[in-house]
Amino acid sequence: MQARILKPEAYFIENEPYYQPVGDEISVFEAAYRNQLPVLLKGPTGCGKTRFTEHMAWRLKRPLITVSCHDDLTASDLVGRFLVKGGETIWVDGPLAAAVRVGGICYLDEVVEARKDTTVVIHPLADDRRVLPMEKVGELLEATPDFCLAISFNPGYQSVLKDLKQSTRQRFVALEFDYPEPALEQKIIENEASVDAEMAARLVKFAHMTRNLKGSGLDEGASTRLLVHAAKLITSGVDPVVACRSSIAQALTDDVDMLVAVNELSASLF
Amino acid sequence: MKVRLEKDQIQVLLDEYFEVEFSFRNTEDLSLALAQLKSDEQAFVLDWVRRIASTHIEIAYRFTSQASRALHVMDESMIEAWVLQAMDVYDRIGLHAALKVISGIDRFVRQGRERASGALFEEQVGVLMPFVQGLSGRKLKLQQGDDLFTDTETIYLPSVMAHLPDKRDNFLLYKVAVAYHWAQVRFGTFHQSLLHYLTHHKTPDLALGTFHALETERLNACLGRELPGLYREMSVLTDKLTGRSVPDGWLEQVAELRKQDASVMDCIKMTESILGQPLPATTCFQGQLNPALAFEVMQQRIEREKIALRVALKAVADELKDKSKLEREEPGRFQIRSKDATSQLEDMSIELLINGKSIPMPDDVRGTLTSIMQDLGDVPPEYLVPAGPGEYDFETGQGRLLNPEDVWGGAYHEEGAFFYNEWDYRRKHYRKKWCVMREMSVKPVHDGFAERVTVKYRRLLSHLRKTFEAMRDEDRLLKRQVYGDGVDIDAFVETWADVHTGLEMSERLFTRMHREERNIAVMFMVDMSGSTQGWVNEAEREALVLLAESLEALGDQYAIYGFTGMTRKRCEVFPVKQFDQPYDEAVKARISGIQAGDYTRMGAAIRHLSFRLNGVEARTKLLITLSDGKPDDYQDDYRSEYGIEDTRQSLFEARRSGIHPFCITIDEAGHDYLPHMYGGANYTVISEVEKLPLKVSDIYKKITT
Repeated sequence: MQARILKPEAYFIENEPYYQPVGDEISVFEAAYRNQLPVLLKGPTGCGKTRFTEHMAWRLKRPLITVSCHDDLTASDLVGRFLVKGGETIWVDGPLAAAVRVGGICYLDEVVEARKDTTVVIHPLADDRRVLPMEKVGELLEATPDFCLAISFNPGYQSVLKDLKQSTRQRFVALEFDYPEPALEQKIIENEASVDAEMAARLVKFAHMTRNLKGSGLDEGASTRLLVHAAKLITSGVDPVVACRSSIAQALTDDVDMLVAVNELSASLF
Repeated sequence: MKVRLEKDQIQVLLDEYFEVEFSFRNTEDLSLALAQLKSDEQAFVLDWVRRIASTHIEIAYRFTSQASRALHVMDESMIEAWVLQAMDVYDRIGLHAALKVISGIDRFVRQGRERASGALFEEQVGVLMPFVQGLSGRKLKLQQGDDLFTDTETIYLPSVMAHLPDKRDNFLLYKVAVAYHWAQVRFGTFHQSLLHYLTHHKTPDLALGTFHALETERLNACLGRELPGLYREMSVLTDKLTGRSVPDGWLEQVAELRKQDASVMDCIKMTESILGQPLPATTCFQGQLNPALAFEVMQQRIEREKIALRVALKAVADELKDKSKLEREEPGRFQIRSKDATSQLEDMSIELLINGKSIPMPDDVRGTLTSIMQDLGDVPPEYLVPAGPGEYDFETGQGRLLNPEDVWGGAYHEEGAFFYNEWDYRRKHYRKKWCVMREMSVKPVHDGFAERVTVKYRRLLSHLRKTFEAMRDEDRLLKRQVYGDGVDIDAFVETWADVHTGLEMSERLFTRMHREERNIAVMFMVDMSGSTQGWVNEAEREALVLLAESLEALGDQYAIYGFTGMTRKRCEVFPVKQFDQPYDEAVKARISGIQAGDYTRMGAAIRHLSFRLNGVEARTKLLITLSDGKPDDYQDDYRSEYGIEDTRQSLFEARRSGIHPFCITIDEAGHDYLPHMYGGANYTVISEVEKLPLKVSDIYKKITT
């Protein structure tokens, strides 16, 4: 089987990504999209922010362009740059410019990780002007009504240096995400990894044990994503304790005592 | 191969170690005994005799007389442990107790066997603590105690678990014991009616025993439902221990208690009906029930948490008030509700409501609410009234901390102090928790000292500011990069020409902005010993002002601590500026308030300040000492090699934790001992005191670029 090669702007999501709404986030996102308002997704890692965006891209039938931000991501990585090809310089659109051009959903994941100049580039796009200035080519790119900007950030773990500026955050419609309620989380795990209700409930309980440890040894508790990973391993016949060790405990910490403690917790549960 | 020593040779050595000239000990028989040993055994014993004698001659003497036997029953590493324990006991308690360790060789061997296969509390607590905190409900603490029991806040565990031959099993015993006592707290063993029942009973001991047996059945069933894996381990352990012997008809009798809806009330009821009947054997992880203590702790906690909750709710209410100011709406009453109507209260998923609307709950409120619900089963409405202004003084709930300044005024105490090991080079081992370190406050002196210094050195200062500003991190344009934001026109033109002359085209055609980050945290450790009295102190303070002004321009994180003290019981550091404090009037006044104190026990100060320095996040961490001489203290020969070796050891520890130590001294003899302590390149000697303020900033610049 050959991997498909797609241009980012042609990445339409064809099959419905499974998403279990927790509150009214779908209707809020749709309303924001219709009113051409940008959206900010807040929440801890692995609670479904990215999955939600995929789901919305599918729902709205727009291409989804995701940029995972890192601390070396510059404004020109987003907007575009000149490249030298065969003795000539040519302009190449960055992912943000590409999304504006085709009217897609541009999703900047973990936006605070990016350098400060990048957050300023999105300002004119995020208010009622909806234009992307491309300084290097001296053009302004005006967004179509189809274009949507979504950014995500995790208010929990970043340092004070990496907080989102007020001038940025006040341009967005904010949606808050958290780990789902136990019953809902159990349903998600059952659905995603096809395990039985009993096992899913135990995994959720285990997740709560690790979340109890947040702040007293762990930086974060086990996310829903990790639970799904563990459940998938269990479905493939891996012993639950082993599955929890390799997919959850090892992912959460490197501290030896903490690892043993988390493993003992899972051994107590299963 | 070492040469085996003859009796006379040994006697000469022993006479020296035991200072026979003064102590008149008879070394005749001892030398004879040692002469029988093999050569490497002789060397081992004599080495230790010398090391112990540096601590106390009597211990060394007794050790020598036991040496042959010790070699017979223990291997060398165990003998070392034995001797070190004796010396630790000597440091902590005194000679008599230490001699008891030496003479109690058989007890040590037996304990050693136990410890070899047993699980030790101090080794396992790192695992057990997160384990118990991960379980739901109130966060319990673990502590070492003589008996196994819980007071509903702390689980007390024995120091060793050695009931089973296998180490892993012994650890599991700990784990099961912790889980069992957690279950007591979590599933409400300590209910008000238990106390009532017991205090009014004719035979309270019998009733307590019976109740404990029945309650164990109920809790085991709860554990079986909640933690099935643990329950399995528990059954296996019980079988390994004794096997569970149950009186006839017991299981049928308690079947009722194993149901999901059984409560502690059912247990109490059944206790009455079966009183006096035979009970099943207890297992070691069941421990004891201590209801009296538990209720006492509970009573205090209920009071405390009521206050804590109301104060926390006040904070929430204030925040809401701020937000709703525009709407002119008073926040209403708080309510709580079980979140999921279908789930039982057991799950403890609760929601905080205000005016019927759910609001996010801060973590501290959630913790307190959970704990209150565990004690009372519900949250009474009066708990949900936010505290009025100034209604509660938090200190009532916490107990006042003793003031470190009072330590030497009245009764000596070590509360709130830090303890640090000290290296004894003669013993080649640490003296454990030897130094008592306290953080004292500097009396600020508002005399405009800092202003005077800035005026006095204004020309130097403006120069320093300029140079330091130039060192700040800034964006630099990197040219000829493989990838980047812009096209490097120079490179492009060259390449264009190259391509046309048929040369290979370079791929380095782009420019890129690169940010150079200075990520440095520096701790200045200032000598405040008596010898700095006068102009050294003045020079130090001037240097600190100039340095602070320069560092403000540079933006590095920095802290300034003074240190002094007298004897190991009074090591003191004086925070002049902590990492998170801004350089303001208060700091300036504290710099001005630095005074000469007593001695310089450097090891303890380095250990403590390393600990503080490791508390901040930075890529490079520097510990810079400003000093005027050798480490020195009253007693313990700290002035001699002992102090130098301890300081050297503390610097090794600092380096191991990722700190770069550096020393600036005005002691011209510094060349003699500083290379040994800090290493050849990590110190500077300034020969003239008045140059200190001029040089320090310069040196700082040199070592950080």
